[in-house]
Amino acid sequence: MPLLRKERSALPGLNLSLGFTLFYLGLIVLVPLSAAFLKTSGMTWNDFISAVTSQRVLASYRITFLASFAAASVNCVFGLLTAWVLVRYTFPGRRLVDALVDLPFALPTAVAGIALTAIYAKNGWVGQFVDPDGAHRLLPHGIKIAFSEIGIFVALTFIGLPFVVRTVQPVLEELEPELEEASASLGANRWQTITRVILPQLFPALLTGFALSFARALGEYGSVVFISGNMPMKTEITPLLIITQLEQYQYAHATAIAVVMLIASFTLLLLINLLQKWSRRYHRV
Amino acid sequence: MKLFTSIIALAALAVTAVAKDVELLNVSYDPTRELYVEYNKAFIKHWKEKTGQTITIKQSHGGSGKQARSIIDGLQADVATLALAGDIDALHENAKLIPADWSTRLPLNSAPYTSTIVFLVRSGNPHNIKDWDDLAKPGISVITPNPKTSGGAQWNYLAAWEYARRKYGSDDAAKEFVRKIYKNVPVLDSGARGSTTTFVQRGVGDVFISWENEAFLALKEFGSDKFEIIVPSLSILAQPSVTVVDRVVKKKGTAEIAKAYLEYLYSDEGQEIAARNFYRPTSEKIAAKFADSFPKVELFTIDDAFGGWTKAKKVHFSDGGTFDQIYAK
Repeated sequence: MPLLRKERSALPGLNLSLGFTLFYLGLIVLVPLSAAFLKTSGMTWNDFISAVTSQRVLASYRITFLASFAAASVNCVFGLLTAWVLVRYTFPGRRLVDALVDLPFALPTAVAGIALTAIYAKNGWVGQFVDPDGAHRLLPHGIKIAFSEIGIFVALTFIGLPFVVRTVQPVLEELEPELEEASASLGANRWQTITRVILPQLFPALLTGFALSFARALGEYGSVVFISGNMPMKTEITPLLIITQLEQYQYAHATAIAVVMLIASFTLLLLINLLQKWSRRYHRV
Repeated sequence: MKLFTSIIALAALAVTAVAKDVELLNVSYDPTRELYVEYNKAFIKHWKEKTGQTITIKQSHGGSGKQARSIIDGLQADVATLALAGDIDALHENAKLIPADWSTRLPLNSAPYTSTIVFLVRSGNPHNIKDWDDLAKPGISVITPNPKTSGGAQWNYLAAWEYARRKYGSDDAAKEFVRKIYKNVPVLDSGARGSTTTFVQRGVGDVFISWENEAFLALKEFGSDKFEIIVPSLSILAQPSVTVVDRVVKKKGTAEIAKAYLEYLYSDEGQEIAARNFYRPTSEKIAAKFADSFPKVELFTIDDAFGGWTKAKKVHFSDGGTFDQIYAK
């Protein structure tokens, strides 16, 4: 059976470690996820379609995906900037700032949500200057942050920042400044150095950071429900609708919406992975 | 090995110790925390005097619907004391933990104390809010939780609905009226405590539709110089209901104590504790004693106006119900 002959790996222990990996992944990831699919399989196709395409649910997909996309995009720009500063400069308190970046990871999301709401509500530290009803409004009409779409975006940006910084940082550390010097000595101006030399090397890492931050934002519940105001058709996020369905003992409807979210996120992550692979190959040539 | 056997022995000891001490778990909703802290002390003393047995009672609090779901999913509650009969019905409908006729097992539909819905406004009542009509006026900002996730909010919604139906004569007019009120709602928190925070701490909104006991509690906590209670001309008789969870007490052997625990809520002492915690007592004797504490208001019941919880939930709060309709475009 020459076709089935295994290629021996140079490292020992492949079977054992692969078996363990699959078992672990199955137990921790696949079993809970398949439960969602099982629960929905009891529904008729029509029930499923009407559960996942009702007006309110559609509106919630829109705000959830848009806000998550916007937050992940902004995090890409400012996360890169933060990582750049942390890697390339030395300044007093750098280690402290470096540790601060991880805070959104560690903070319970409900605490983050309550803190952000307290700051941006009309009587909060920031809210009193920007809210339309704030006591010390600076802009003529003011901007409503807490209890609006912008509030969702703010919360998602907060929780997503470390994902970008922590994926870009190690790549930046490996980046040799000599390459930039070489590019400068060959006559490139600063803009050309950035777009032709630095960004292409960072692109795969940035994409990963974006994907992680985006995926995290899609599922975020704890921090958003406090600041969003939860208005139907406007600021109601999909995870909240899932909870709402559970409150009505509609377990199948809740899992149906969850399944749609899962498939959508999985497809997006897969696309981003492919894009990343492509960009790696493209830039290496 | 020695260590192992001693651990086993210790564990066995612990198990027998638990078996001797009887422990009750009361699963309740958010605003009853203070009520049951006081009531449990009184009942433990009463039970000790009557039978000589020492018991401990644990409490669990949260949103009423969520608590019902925890019991259905296996939380070992001996008794459930929830915000509305509809949430207790769910224990029967979704898991058959109790019989369908649970509400007939205790007096007064198993509702030992009642409450109602009132308005909380900022001190001096700057927008001159007197009744439900004022909540539907343009420019007034109203705070109430989401009825899809909060039991309290369902009472609010139905109270407004019935007021409008009586005043304007039809369900369509009532729907239009409720739509106008919800147009004035800038934030729909998921639970009653969340809405209290939004109104009291964040300073959002001109009027907060609230449980009467929550409103009194807010006055007590934050000072009566900051807020005022406004009593509308018509409101709903909120009947938080209680039941023994049959399946659990059968397994734990606590049926007798659990039943006595709920029955004692109807005693003079139980009624007084309820009244002191701003719940309206159902015993006429105690109600007369606390007559000055509770404003007089015309009340209707959910059974008379809406034909019971099952029907009200289906018409108003299920998917595509009137609450969804007022937000649909």
